[in-house]
This record gives sequence, structure tokens and C-alpha cells, in this order.
Amino acid sequence: MPRTSRWFIRASLVYLAVGFTLGALLLFNKGVPLGSAVPRLLPAHIEFLLAGWVIQLVMGVATWIFPRFGVARSAYGSEAATWVAFALLNGGVWLAGVGPLAPGHLGDVLPIAGRLAETGAAGAFAANIWARVRASGLSPM
Amino acid sequence: MPVLTRWFIKTALAYFVAALVVGVVQAARGGAGINPVYVHLLVVGWITQMIFGVAYWMFPKYSKEVPRGSDRLAIASYVCLNAGLLLRVVAEPALARHPGTGFGPVLALAAVLQWLGGMAFVANTWARVRER
Repeated sequence: MPRTSRWFIRASLVYLAVGFTLGALLLFNKGVPLGSAVPRLLPAHIEFLLAGWVIQLVMGVATWIFPRFGVARSAYGSEAATWVAFALLNGGVWLAGVGPLAPGHLGDVLPIAGRLAETGAAGAFAANIWARVRASGLSPM
Repeated sequence: MPVLTRWFIKTALAYFVAALVVGVVQAARGGAGINPVYVHLLVVGWITQMIFGVAYWMFPKYSKEVPRGSDRLAIASYVCLNAGLLLRVVAEPALARHPGTGFGPVLALAAVLQWLGGMAFVANTWARVRER
């Protein structure tokens, strides 16, 4: 498993832990009220689990297991592009997830910036892994 | 494929079908508390549980002696996640229809159980995210 995949997957596990914690607070609050501010955690819960956990895990595992170009470090494609995707995705998750909690106009602007960053992450990731979607050396298909 | 992975994946498949059945019910006649149940049957019961099962099977080995880490943690993850989700499926619509009844604490218990299931998976998987 390459270093970039380890970062993607460990980050996804952190988001799983934080996202499940927020979800547990939200669900607990439905059954036994904890406070009126708890429902405000919903955007962060959704963003952390969908983009931070599931999407990031998929990106990390795809980087690891898709057909490679040999055995060198560059066999996984451009490492720089992978790091750009990692940085944009994680920055985007925080901006889109926590941004709505910011006061005033910032609460509207930060989630848009987050979604833009996530779009950039998707573009960098897709462009970098595109050529690895091919027949492997072992398979005729 | 290890036994626990088969349990995770078969349970995930059952939730997949159940979620879509609930989706049909929701589309046909709605109902209080149904939408969050539908969403979580899909994202927790199907997607997350499928990931848990495949990761337990495919991730690099923890060691030669205990290749998949702690079996106890893995089993605890399966039991807590599913017990919590099933309690939610029952308690959330029931509480929406009958507010102020005893379903509130059941929903809180569902929250704690699912959280424990997630934490057990993270604790057992973390050290298996390694080079080989």
C-alpha cells in the first residue's frame, strides 16, 4: 500500500470516528434531548461521512489496487497530483462541513468554497488515475 | 474470505434489499421517521457494513499470528453496529408517531451502540493501514 493511500485511508478512518460521534450525538438528542444546538451538527455529520469517510476511502483504495505501471514509486501515477487531491478533498470537507456554523455571510460562502475544493479534488484524482483503468498485465480483460 | 466478512457482507446485502423496500414504502405513503431510517439503512447497513467486511478481509495483515487484528473487536463492531441500527429502525418511526414514550431511551441506546461499532472498527483497522 503506497504512502498516499495510507494517508487517504487513515484520514478516512478519522472522519469515520468523528462523523459517527456527531451522528451518535444527533440520534441520542432525538431520543433524549441534550441541547438545542445539537441539530446544527447535521451538515458536518453528512459531509464527514459521505466525503470524508466513504469518498476518501474509495480514493485511497483505488490508488492502492488499480493496475500500476510497474514497480517504481511512479507506478501509481503522479504523486504530486495525488497529494493535491488529498489536500483539496480534506480542506473541502472541513469548509463544507463546518462552514455552515460560521456567523453571518461566512456561513453561506465557506460551504461553496468547500464544494469547489472537493470538485478540484475529484478532477485531480480522476485525471491522475484515468490511465490506470486498463487491463492489468495478468488479465486479458 | 473469513467467516466474519461473510457475515458483514451477507448482512449488508440484506440491508440493501430492506432499504429499497423501505424506500418503496416511503415513496408510496410516507410516514413520520421513515426517511432517516431509509437513508441509514443504505449508508450504514449497506455501504458502511460492506466496507467493514471487505476491509477486514483485504487490508494488509496485522501480524502473522493475528492477521486480522483483534477478533473480539471485529465481532464487537459487527454486533454493536447491527444491534444499534436495528434498534433505530424500530425506535425512530415509533418515537415520531408516539412522542414522549419509552422509545426515546431506546433511540439513545441505538446511538451509543452504533458509535461503539464504528469505534471498534477504527481501533481494529488503524494498525492494518500499512505498507504491506
